[in-house]
Amino acid sequence: MATVIIDGQEIQLAEGERLNGVQAAARAGIEIPHYCWHPGLSVVASCRMCLVEVGRRDDKTGKIAMQPKLVPACQTPATDGTVFVTNSKKVADARAMVEEDLLLRHPVDCPICDKAGECLLQDYHFRYGQETRRADIKPFTSRRRELGPAVTLFVDRCVMCSRCVRFCREVAGTSELMVANRGAHEEIDVFPGFPLANKLSGNVVDLCPVGALGDRDFLYQQRVWFMKGHSHVCANCSAGCSIRIDENQDQIYRIKPRENPQVNRWWICDEGRYGWKHVHDPNRCVTAQKRQAAGAAPMEWSPLIAELDTRLRRSRRLAAVVSPHLTVEEAYLLCRYVREIDAEAALVLGPVPQSDGDEKYPGGFTIRAEKCPNRRGVEQIITHFAGECAGWEHFLERLTKERFDAVWVSGGYCSQWHDAAAADRFSSADILIVQDLFALPLMRRADYQLPGAAYPERDGSYVNHAGRLQSFGWAIRPPAGAMVEGQLYWRLLKRPGLYQSRAVLDEVARDILYFRAAAEPVPETGVDLNCTPAAGAP
Amino acid sequence: MKADDPGILWIEEPQLGLSGRMYLPIYMHGLTTTFRHMKNSLLGKAVTVSYPDEEPHIDNPAIYRGTHRLNRDSQGRVKCVACFLCATACPAHCIDIVAAESPWPDREKYPQSFCIDELRCIFCGMCEEACPVDAIELTSLYNLTGRSREEMIFDKEKLLSVYDQTHEREPMRSPEMGGTV
Repeated sequence: MATVIIDGQEIQLAEGERLNGVQAAARAGIEIPHYCWHPGLSVVASCRMCLVEVGRRDDKTGKIAMQPKLVPACQTPATDGTVFVTNSKKVADARAMVEEDLLLRHPVDCPICDKAGECLLQDYHFRYGQETRRADIKPFTSRRRELGPAVTLFVDRCVMCSRCVRFCREVAGTSELMVANRGAHEEIDVFPGFPLANKLSGNVVDLCPVGALGDRDFLYQQRVWFMKGHSHVCANCSAGCSIRIDENQDQIYRIKPRENPQVNRWWICDEGRYGWKHVHDPNRCVTAQKRQAAGAAPMEWSPLIAELDTRLRRSRRLAAVVSPHLTVEEAYLLCRYVREIDAEAALVLGPVPQSDGDEKYPGGFTIRAEKCPNRRGVEQIITHFAGECAGWEHFLERLTKERFDAVWVSGGYCSQWHDAAAADRFSSADILIVQDLFALPLMRRADYQLPGAAYPERDGSYVNHAGRLQSFGWAIRPPAGAMVEGQLYWRLLKRPGLYQSRAVLDEVARDILYFRAAAEPVPETGVDLNCTPAAGAP
Repeated sequence: MKADDPGILWIEEPQLGLSGRMYLPIYMHGLTTTFRHMKNSLLGKAVTVSYPDEEPHIDNPAIYRGTHRLNRDSQGRVKCVACFLCATACPAHCIDIVAAESPWPDREKYPQSFCIDELRCIFCGMCEEACPVDAIELTSLYNLTGRSREEMIFDKEKLLSVYDQTHEREPMRSPEMGGTV
């Protein structure tokens, strides 16, 4: 057990814990400002913002000997007896001096900078900087150049922390970025003909502590203080990265990674970062429709649900295609509803889109080949109800041989997930109910065409490729006319009030052994379902 | 400005004197103002005017808070940089801006659209105070009328035309007046 002293506070570190001064101080609730240090990158100690006084307490005498010079806290390991002083005049002066130096050549164009409001240079200046500017250099507009398809660089706003350069070298492993020139002429740049075009390039924008690196997709779209962030889980592959969805009035503006040491650490890929465009697609279905001889006629939800329920309860042979885009709770409710009517109903896992293979990066980040968020969760739910989990292809085969009175298909995929030939197989069903985002062949063929929700509109839980369950609430409301799947199933099951995902998850955890660990409140970083010793399911 | 800034002068509320505590003398003192105004209006020196038959006289147009205008820069382009600070400061939420990359090489960001709902505006002047480039200003045009609600939503062109109408008699804020340009 190591004891570290920070501004007089004694902090106990656990055995084998390796923290630096910045982390140890954060443990004590003390902020040490820093630009270049990031927990996910190597230490360079180049920004000099985290300079503190460091000393050592002698174990036997208890006397403290301080080092005469300030040292960077990010590079100083917090070992037993290390003393950090962060609130002395010497430290405050050093911080003010670094701030002044950084702002000397900074354009101070905060009004037009997208980072304003979440900029470390701004925040630290207010907290640690000087009130007045002593330099008489006039502010100038920042030079700008494109680094790649996703990222643009405002050259003069840069504070040369080199986080982006280290990210490209250490995490992405592609090394596109470099520091060109020296001294006051230092600039971030790419080699001619080698743009910053890797699949993790968006992360350098998050890493940038100032407004030097801009996201070209988000550029000038919205000021950061107008947006509200919602913790969510990315639905673009089975990795299940923790994300934050920034929206304003139900319009998503950007997606940022959320720190989760168990899943994505600090990063997300560009597929996930920009994988929300389909949510605001103008072609999304927003009217519930019933197909009649004359064509599809719009229908109100309340009579539609009542009619649907009556007709389904009259039919005998049922089948449900449970999409891997549904949350655990929604899949459970759907299976429960269908099985309530027909105890032998066929439960089928929807198609699982696959890419060529997992993409692994040297920093440990992996983009999974399975392009849906909840295959594992839905599989477990179906296995619980049906004993085995049938696949989509298998079900298409079965449709040619067997006749079903009613088939319920849930979609939620962001792109074309079936072809017309597959849709034709469903012609034998008396009642075809499809809930999806877009008017695909199956939707056009359906007797009941229900507009569904996209992932930012759902609340519930996803189980990622490694069996980690993460819960989240909705970030935006679905477009008027669409209904979130969970709410629809909730109403079909005649439960009172609004859909409550947590209540359903409690039920799931009680009923299904695999989900037992989710009985406790699920932390922000999720819960590992494999860790429950009793959940012996393979 | 922080609360412990030496530039802030903190003052205490003054204690009430004897006459204040006795209430009646101060009450009478207040009434004298009322009677003075009554006497003036009886003598024909009224402070009110019979609008719209009579036009009010505006003493200092620079501090009057009437219709907004969007100023132009030296090249005749809209001066606004679309920083959204006016929209942020606006307590009535009547400013709607859509920002975009500017088509000019020397400027980075500009408002693609800039709309003020004059019906919703409470003419508090916060937008004017918030603007870092003195692009939005309140003019002394007070007779703001329209035949429909849509007409009262002023877009960028209309706000620029207010500038064209008024900039000769109401110049932009100069540095002497606390402006930036």
